Amino acid sequence: MKQPILNVTNLTMDFGGIRALDSVDLDVNSGEIVALIGPNGAGKTTFFNCITGIYQPTGGDILLSLPNKSKKVSLKGLKPNKVTERGLARTFQNIRLFPKMTVLENVMIGRHCRTKAFIFGAIFRTAATRREEESILETSYAILEKVGLAEHANEFADNLSYGAQRRLEIARALATEPLLLLLDEPAAGMNPQETLDLDHLIKQISQEGQAILLIEHDMQLVMSLSDRIFVMDYGKKIAQGTPAEIRANPAVIKAYLGEEVDA
Amino acid sequence: MVLLKEFKKALLTSLWFVFLTFPIVVIKVDPIERTVFWRWQNAFYMAVGTFSIYLLVKFYQHRKENQPKSSDAGENKLPISSLIHRILLNPVQRNIFIGIVAAISIVFPHIFSTYQTNVMTTALMYVVLGLGLNIVVGLAGLLDLGFVAFYAVGAYTYSLLNLHFGLGFWTVLPIGGLLAATFGILLGFPVLRLRGDYLAIVTLGFGEIIRLILENWGKFSKGPSGISNIPRPGFFGMHFNLEQSVLYTYYLMIILVIVTIFIVNRLQDSRLGRAWIALREDEIACQAMGIDKRKTKLVAFSLGAFWAGIVGVMFAAKTTFINPASFTFLESAIILSIVVLGGMGSIVGVVFGALILILLPEYLRALSEYRMLAFGAILVCMMIFRPQGLISNIRRTYKFEKKSPPPVR
Repeated sequence: MKQPILNVTNLTMDFGGIRALDSVDLDVNSGEIVALIGPNGAGKTTFFNCITGIYQPTGGDILLSLPNKSKKVSLKGLKPNKVTERGLARTFQNIRLFPKMTVLENVMIGRHCRTKAFIFGAIFRTAATRREEESILETSYAILEKVGLAEHANEFADNLSYGAQRRLEIARALATEPLLLLLDEPAAGMNPQETLDLDHLIKQISQEGQAILLIEHDMQLVMSLSDRIFVMDYGKKIAQGTPAEIRANPAVIKAYLGEEVDA
Repeated sequence: MVLLKEFKKALLTSLWFVFLTFPIVVIKVDPIERTVFWRWQNAFYMAVGTFSIYLLVKFYQHRKENQPKSSDAGENKLPISSLIHRILLNPVQRNIFIGIVAAISIVFPHIFSTYQTNVMTTALMYVVLGLGLNIVVGLAGLLDLGFVAFYAVGAYTYSLLNLHFGLGFWTVLPIGGLLAATFGILLGFPVLRLRGDYLAIVTLGFGEIIRLILENWGKFSKGPSGISNIPRPGFFGMHFNLEQSVLYTYYLMIILVIVTIFIVNRLQDSRLGRAWIALREDEIACQAMGIDKRKTKLVAFSLGAFWAGIVGVMFAAKTTFINPASFTFLESAIILSIVVLGGMGSIVGVVFGALILILLPEYLRALSEYRMLAFGAILVCMMIFRPQGLISNIRRTYKFEKKSPPPVR
């Protein structure tokens, strides 16, 4: 049975006089891959920034359903780190790794919000801290193996190839144990082979029960991955449905290709 | 053709230097005899010197560029730097290295004079100051130009508490540290949103505010005349003569340096240390990964300030006299230079940086009035040829071989 994880209702975002998001509704169920598509400037990344707390939305609400709890929590007004702690983890359109940290350390940063050693533990290296460090290391390494970067564990992140950096971003986000994984154009700038690898990786993650919401321009990838698709244009949601429905939707075709002019 | 061009450039450069140094090198005025000496031979020496140094540097650069990249480790490594990296990464060599350093530091005051010991104690203070600032600048990447304020807070805490309440050195040592840490948090709050140059300016202002308060609030701090007769550190009520006291302070500083290195090293390798480095690398990504930016920054500020406060107390106890003139912006600049010169985020680098930066001016005294000039020149050269600092940080590599086979899936 599919349970809803994320419910976004009437999300609105104004920058001065410009309405970047206009009452956008979106929902993601558990185990689903949902894609958010739209032409450049449609407001997709703004949408991500709003639900992850980087921007404070002007209106609307973002509700996250926690597992084993009937109550939903609102993510509106929370700081980005709190949003991540609640269970939303994201990657960035323009890669934002920690370049002068090793690949493994990048993933270990993702474990930060699930661990709690602090000054005292760090200085005296108590048994609890040592255990925690060990588990951070173990989990991070396992995640690196999953995305196929284990042999690069001790290299600097900025020495990785472009595709590998994208995969590392996904690994880092996975390390926070998200309820919902947000991918912002994961295939941007990838060559066909890398895109194919990414397709496999996302499918693999999804099969493990991970709910995913992704923004993507590569239609082939979107159609192959998504269970459902939301289409945005000029800050508004213009369509939603299965890949087949979206492909046939006139509004979507219009947004992407322009209107047909009757001669 | 290239050679000719280089010669031309070298000639121009040397002429430019002759022009620049003309007033101080060539002209000598004797005010009593009312005559002017023209020391033309000096201009000639300057020209020849600059010319040959220029060519030498060019030759060195040329050779470096043309060298086949045999070991493309990514970074160009200074021989001393790679040597130290090698030593530190090998446990046996590391222990020998530590043993030698420990032996030297123990026998040092018995070989050299009291004066030398005193100088070394000062250098060790700057080691701890550098390590404190290294947390803020090197690890967390927050450029702090007012670090000396916390140093002043520590020093004044000891002298004032001693003056008014008669509290001893050992009582005040932790109080000074904690008070400085509190000031670190106080400074931290308003600057949480700032980064880079903006942060630098605010911290610069903060440092000046503290100094100006100490200078002008006479009733509280005794103003520019300072506080004298501050007792030296005691040891269970024992009384030392001056020489013994210098020795005692030296060993206290050695212990403090060891404790600081130990703690900073552990912090650096912890979850908190990783969060600092992540904050330095990318603030937005850091927050998106669930790191509390506020908390991490405040902890960095207060931990850095804590060490400055501790050293402040030591400083007041060592010199037995303090006034606001000891806590000018120049001090902050020197401490920052220690961190940058030594290598940001590198503990060994900061130790070396502090020793070089504090000891060098002392031993350059042979050059008398030119020593600060030489010192400045060395700093400039250092930053041109090795911008990443003397000894760059060794990135910790995590080995994952304990459990064989590794957990697959």
